[in-house]
Amino acid sequence: MTTSASDVTTEAAIGAIVAAHRGERGPLLEILHAVQAELGHIPKEAVPLLARELNLSRADVHGVITFYHDFRDAPAGRTTVRICRAEACQALGAADLVDCAREAGSPIGGTRADGSVTVEQVFCLGNCALGPSVEVDGKVLGRMTAERLRSVLGEAVTS
Amino acid sequence: MTPDKGQDMTQDGAPSMTQDPNCPVRVYVPRDSAARSVGADAVADAVRRAAGAQGRQVDIVRNGSRGMLWLEPLVEVVTPDGRVGYGPVAPEDVPGLVGAGLLDGAEHPLRLGVVDRLPWLARQNRVTFARVGIVDPLSPQDYERHGGTAGLRTALALPPAEVVAAVTESGLRGRGGAGFPAGIKWKTVLDRADELKFVCCNADEGDSGTFADRMVMEGDPFMLIEGMTIAAHAVGASEGYIYIRSEYPDAVATMRAAIGIAREQGWLGERILGSDLSFDLHVRVGAGAYICGEETSMLESLEGRRGQVRAKPPIPAIQGLFGKPTVVNNVLTLATVPVILANGAKAYQDLGVQRSRGTQVFQLGGNVARGGIVETAFGVTLRELVEDFGGGTLSGRPVRTVQVGGPLGAYLPASMFDLPMEYEAFAAAGAMLGHGGVVVFDDSVDMAAQARFAMEFCAAESCGKCTPCRVGSVRGVEVIDKIVAGEDRDGNLALLEDLCELMTDGSLCAMGGLTPMPVRSAIAHFSDDFLAREEGTV
Repeated sequence: MTTSASDVTTEAAIGAIVAAHRGERGPLLEILHAVQAELGHIPKEAVPLLARELNLSRADVHGVITFYHDFRDAPAGRTTVRICRAEACQALGAADLVDCAREAGSPIGGTRADGSVTVEQVFCLGNCALGPSVEVDGKVLGRMTAERLRSVLGEAVTS
Repeated sequence: MTPDKGQDMTQDGAPSMTQDPNCPVRVYVPRDSAARSVGADAVADAVRRAAGAQGRQVDIVRNGSRGMLWLEPLVEVVTPDGRVGYGPVAPEDVPGLVGAGLLDGAEHPLRLGVVDRLPWLARQNRVTFARVGIVDPLSPQDYERHGGTAGLRTALALPPAEVVAAVTESGLRGRGGAGFPAGIKWKTVLDRADELKFVCCNADEGDSGTFADRMVMEGDPFMLIEGMTIAAHAVGASEGYIYIRSEYPDAVATMRAAIGIAREQGWLGERILGSDLSFDLHVRVGAGAYICGEETSMLESLEGRRGQVRAKPPIPAIQGLFGKPTVVNNVLTLATVPVILANGAKAYQDLGVQRSRGTQVFQLGGNVARGGIVETAFGVTLRELVEDFGGGTLSGRPVRTVQVGGPLGAYLPASMFDLPMEYEAFAAAGAMLGHGGVVVFDDSVDMAAQARFAMEFCAAESCGKCTPCRVGSVRGVEVIDKIVAGEDRDGNLALLEDLCELMTDGSLCAMGGLTPMPVRSAIAHFSDDFLAREEGTV
C-alpha cells in the first residue's frame, strides 16, 4: 500500500491539532473546527485518525461530523456565499435572492464546476433588523438586493 | 440602572470641551456585526482619513451598537452637549460630513441630535443593555466606570445562598424562551454536594428575529462574564462554558478577547477579586445545528457529541455537563444578574407586570421600518412595539402578521396587537413570548408557505431522536402541500391538526413540541391562505 503526500499532510495536521487540544474536556468539536480551518474540509481519512487519537469509534466520529451542517467532506469553492433563509429575511425577499443565485448558475447547496463559488443556505445570521442578509466569506452583508448579489457572484466567478 | 450621564460627559466629553484642535476628538463608530454589515468598518476608515485631511486628531472608539439598527452605521461625536449622532452614514458621506463640521457636532441633514435624548431611546428602560453602545466593549476601565463589577463585588461579600435568594426574589426568569425562574434552577445546583459543578451559557441564538445575545457579547462582554462568575459563586461551580453559534464569529472573537482581559484583571481565575472564589471560563463554538440551542442538546454538543436531545429527568441542574450539576442559562439571563446584585432584587422586581418581572429586551426585525433593540418593562403591547417603535413595515405596505418568539412562535394577526408582552398573557392567547423576538411581515406574505416552512425547518433541523419530530415534520410538509393543492382539504386539515396535537404532546423537546404553534396559528388566523390555489399562483 502506498501512502500519498496528502495522507501524510492530513496525518501530520491532525496530530498537531489533537495535541493542541489535549487536556480539554470533550474536544471533538473544537478539533473538527480546527481541522476544517487548516485543511478546508474534513477529509475521509481523518475519521480513523481522529478515532484512534481520541479513543472513540469511527462511527462516533463519523456521526458527529455528519450531524453538523458546518462540517464539509469536500473543499468549498474559493468564495463561499451563504444566503439567510430564516423568517426575518423571508419577510424581506430572501426567496428572491435564492432565485437570483440559481439563475446566476449558483444554486443553493452547490459548488460551481470551476471551483469558484459555493452557495449555501443558512438559518439566521443575527442581522434580522437589516435583512435580507448574505454572508460572503464570513463577512455579513445586510440590506442585500438581487442586483448586488448578482455582482457579488459575478465577481467571485471571475476572480 | 442607567449609566451616570454626568460622569459619562466629564469622562468622555473632556477632550472636546476644551475645543483644543490638538486634543483628539472622540468619535464612536460601532463594531457590532449589524453595523459592519452595512459598512461601519469603511465608515471608521473614512472618518480617520477625512479628519487627517483636516489636520484634526480623532480617537475612534469601536463601540457596540445603540440598537437603533436602521440608523447604522451610527457615528457619534463627543461634544460639550453630549454624544451627537449622525446616521445612517455611508462611507461616501463622510468627507462631506467632516467638511460640514461633524467633529464639532455641526448641523447636517444626517445629524440626529444628542443620541441619549432621541425619543426612541429615551422611551426605553435600559437595564441589561445599559452599557451596550455606550462603552468600548473591551475596555475594563470603561466597564468599571459605568458600574461594572459592582454586582460581583456585592455577591462575593454574601454567602452563596443569599445570592441565590436575591436572584429568586428579583423574579428573573430565563430569557432564552422558556421563562423558567432562574433562582429555582440555581438553588437546585447549590443544593448538590458534588465537588465539580459547571455554569454554562447558552449563546446558540439560532432563532430568526433574535440578535440581543449577539449584541451583548459584541457590545458588553464583561457583563456576561460577570454574570457567570456570580452564578459560579452562587452555586459553587469552578468552570464555565459559553456555547456560541458559529454564525457569530465576531461574538466569538470578542468574548475570547474579553475573557483574556478579565483574567488579567483578576475577574476570572484563582481568588477572584481577592475572594476565595476560583472560576475560569471557556468559549466553545457550535457547528450550525439549530437544535443545539435546546439545553440538553447543547450539553451533548459541549461534550463533543452529536447534538441529540436528552430525555429529562434527570434535569441538567442535577446531571448536566459530563453528568455534573450544571446551571444552564441564556446570555440575557446571566447578563442581567450583575445589575440585580448591584441595585438589589427589589429594584428589578419593581419593574414589570404580574409574574413577568423586570425588563425584557424586545428585538424588532423582519419587514420593519425601525428595527432594533427595545428594552422596556414587561407589559408593553405588541402594537406599541410594531407601530410606535417599529414604525410599521419597511416596504410601506400594511402589517399583516408578526411572529413572536422565533420560528417556533405563533403568527399573530393585527387584531391581536393589543396583547401585553408578558409570558402568561401570551400563553393564554395560544402564543409564546419566548425571547421577545418580533418579526414583522407585510401583506404580501403567504401564510400557508410560512406554515410549510415551519415544518420544513423542523424536518431539516430535528435531531432525529424522537419520532413525532423527526417523522411528523416530514409528514407535515406533505399534508400542507396537499391542502394547498386542494386535495381533500377538510380531511387533510383534520389530519394536520391531529399531527400537530401528536407532535405537541409526544415530542421530547420544544423543537417538535412547538413547531405546531406557527402552523396552527397560521391556520387559525389566516385560513383563507390555505384554500386551494389555481395552477401557477402558488
